[in-house]
Amino acid sequence: MASGHSIPSIEERFEFTSGAKRSLLIGGGVGLALVLLGAYLAANGGGGHEVAAHGAEHAAAAGHAAAEHGAAAAAHGADAHGAAAEGGHHAKSWVARIWANLWVNGVYFTGMSVVGMFFLSYNYLAQAGWSAVFKRVPEALPAFLPFTGAVLLITFLLGGHDLFHWTHKGLYEVGGAEYDKIIAGKQGYLNTPFFLGRLVIYFVVWYLMWKKLRNLSLQEDEIGGTEFYEKSIRLGTAFLVVFGVTSSTSAWDFVMSIDTHWFSTMFGWYTLASWHVAGLAVITLTIVLLRERGYLRAVNSSHLRDLGKFVFAFSIFWTYVWFAQFLLIYYANLPEETIYFIERFRGHGGFYKAPFFITLFLNFFFPFLILMTRDAKFTHSILKVACWSVIVGHWFDFYTNVMPGTVGAEASIGPLEWGFFLIFLCAFAYTIANQLTKANLIPRNHPMLEESLHHDIA
Amino acid sequence: MAELSGKYLVGVYDDDDTVLHAVPKLRKAGVKIKEVYSPFPIHGLDEALGHPRTRIGIAAFMFGVTGCCAVLTLMIWTMGYDWPMIIGGKDPISIPNYIPITFEGTVLFTAFGMVTTFLISNGLGPGTHFHPRFDVRATDNKFIMAIEMSRNSMSEEEISRALKDSGAEEVNIKQF
Repeated sequence: MASGHSIPSIEERFEFTSGAKRSLLIGGGVGLALVLLGAYLAANGGGGHEVAAHGAEHAAAAGHAAAEHGAAAAAHGADAHGAAAEGGHHAKSWVARIWANLWVNGVYFTGMSVVGMFFLSYNYLAQAGWSAVFKRVPEALPAFLPFTGAVLLITFLLGGHDLFHWTHKGLYEVGGAEYDKIIAGKQGYLNTPFFLGRLVIYFVVWYLMWKKLRNLSLQEDEIGGTEFYEKSIRLGTAFLVVFGVTSSTSAWDFVMSIDTHWFSTMFGWYTLASWHVAGLAVITLTIVLLRERGYLRAVNSSHLRDLGKFVFAFSIFWTYVWFAQFLLIYYANLPEETIYFIERFRGHGGFYKAPFFITLFLNFFFPFLILMTRDAKFTHSILKVACWSVIVGHWFDFYTNVMPGTVGAEASIGPLEWGFFLIFLCAFAYTIANQLTKANLIPRNHPMLEESLHHDIA
Repeated sequence: MAELSGKYLVGVYDDDDTVLHAVPKLRKAGVKIKEVYSPFPIHGLDEALGHPRTRIGIAAFMFGVTGCCAVLTLMIWTMGYDWPMIIGGKDPISIPNYIPITFEGTVLFTAFGMVTTFLISNGLGPGTHFHPRFDVRATDNKFIMAIEMSRNSMSEEEISRALKDSGAEEVNIKQF
């Protein structure tokens, strides 16, 4: 495909125009306004009655589950009743909703950022040539990590009690009214100091490794030679080892520990798959948007097709892992496992059924069908639609994972949720754009650049 | 296969680059090329030859949909109607249980369907006896270009000269 074309210049600098900055700031401002509106509505709206009604349903659903599944689920029933009995929490459920929203977006955008580093690492390890031309784009994503790290840290310190059931002290007092044997058994891993330590270590390690890789890449741009490339391969390989462990443990910490009783051995993979495909969608979308603004003309239709294939394939991979987790639980029918899906299907007045199926539609059926043909994978408009579908779809994915265990029946999808999502999106886009201005858009001395410029899969 | 019978001029090239550059040159000169045979895939050759794009993808999709529907129908009919069975405490018709086999059926139908389509459209497979070989060296170290005389208005000498000019080592005549 590229054979007949001349290669455009590799010297180009991204200019973050004041117009683009203004649009992103306006976007963030609109998000903030939506958040304020949502918080005001949630705090003052006629929520009281609704909350009470939902609370009753919640208790009923929990009771129903307990009756249906016998002794093992009884602990959950009691748990739900315990939460309902703490009436004090319900008065400020909107505060918990804000914490939960910060957590959903914080975790989701952390994942998309770190996947930039993940993508670079496995491309280095495989000594991939084709991706060299656009590698500045994945390289820009992890710059957002300090921001999401701060959000997660602050949210945990201030709102952790509302989000994580296991932070309640009474659970661990033997003989106490709130004592929970199952959770007490997990205390060695799930305790506040260890959790905070892990949280900080994830972000520090991910960020510093990225910073090192980024510096190597920038030096390579100035000096050239293969020395930086060799070092990058080693660093990327080390990161894959680190991320192989931390992606799973962070998934348990950030998401799975919310439903403290429940566990799934697939969960680390499942969250990684979710982060990965969302990160690939961000990379692809950024490249398409840059091309539409006249940059990265050296990225040809073969690169785009391969990126499209990546998004296509990993949507399927996510679905595969999602279904592997679901089917085993569905088939084995163990009460302590099925409670997770029963809560999302029937619990909380059936509220989560819609986001549950929206997740499947946006992340599997839609991208699967529209990205299937060959030409769709390099058609800008279709790529954009598919990427947005995946980006929004995986927000729903994390929403469905986080919300039932945190705000439960008081959840809603309104201005508060969209506002927070918009703020994070604009901040993320701003950070990426800002990062892209700092170096030549094409890594001019990358040893694989020549191969990448002639990438042709016909 | 009847569509291959006739008289051919066969150009033999020594280098993949030479044959890749010869194709547009010959087409520009008005020679209609039937096909180029190479021991390995050459990037850009398909476009240079101007072949219409393969439709096997569409066929694959159809086979996949057929397989998906066939297996789902089989499962729902046998498990739900013909002999209802409760397995693992699930309803007789429980779609999640059928997903793995539906997936397998989709893949199986697609794979067999595509192989069959490929064999039929290329005149290969059991029961076919007509296997024209333009030059056996196409599987070894030479690049073979086949030009069907009946599709070309140019004379044999003209085409032969054009082939030689574009870098062909030999030009042979083949009749099937």
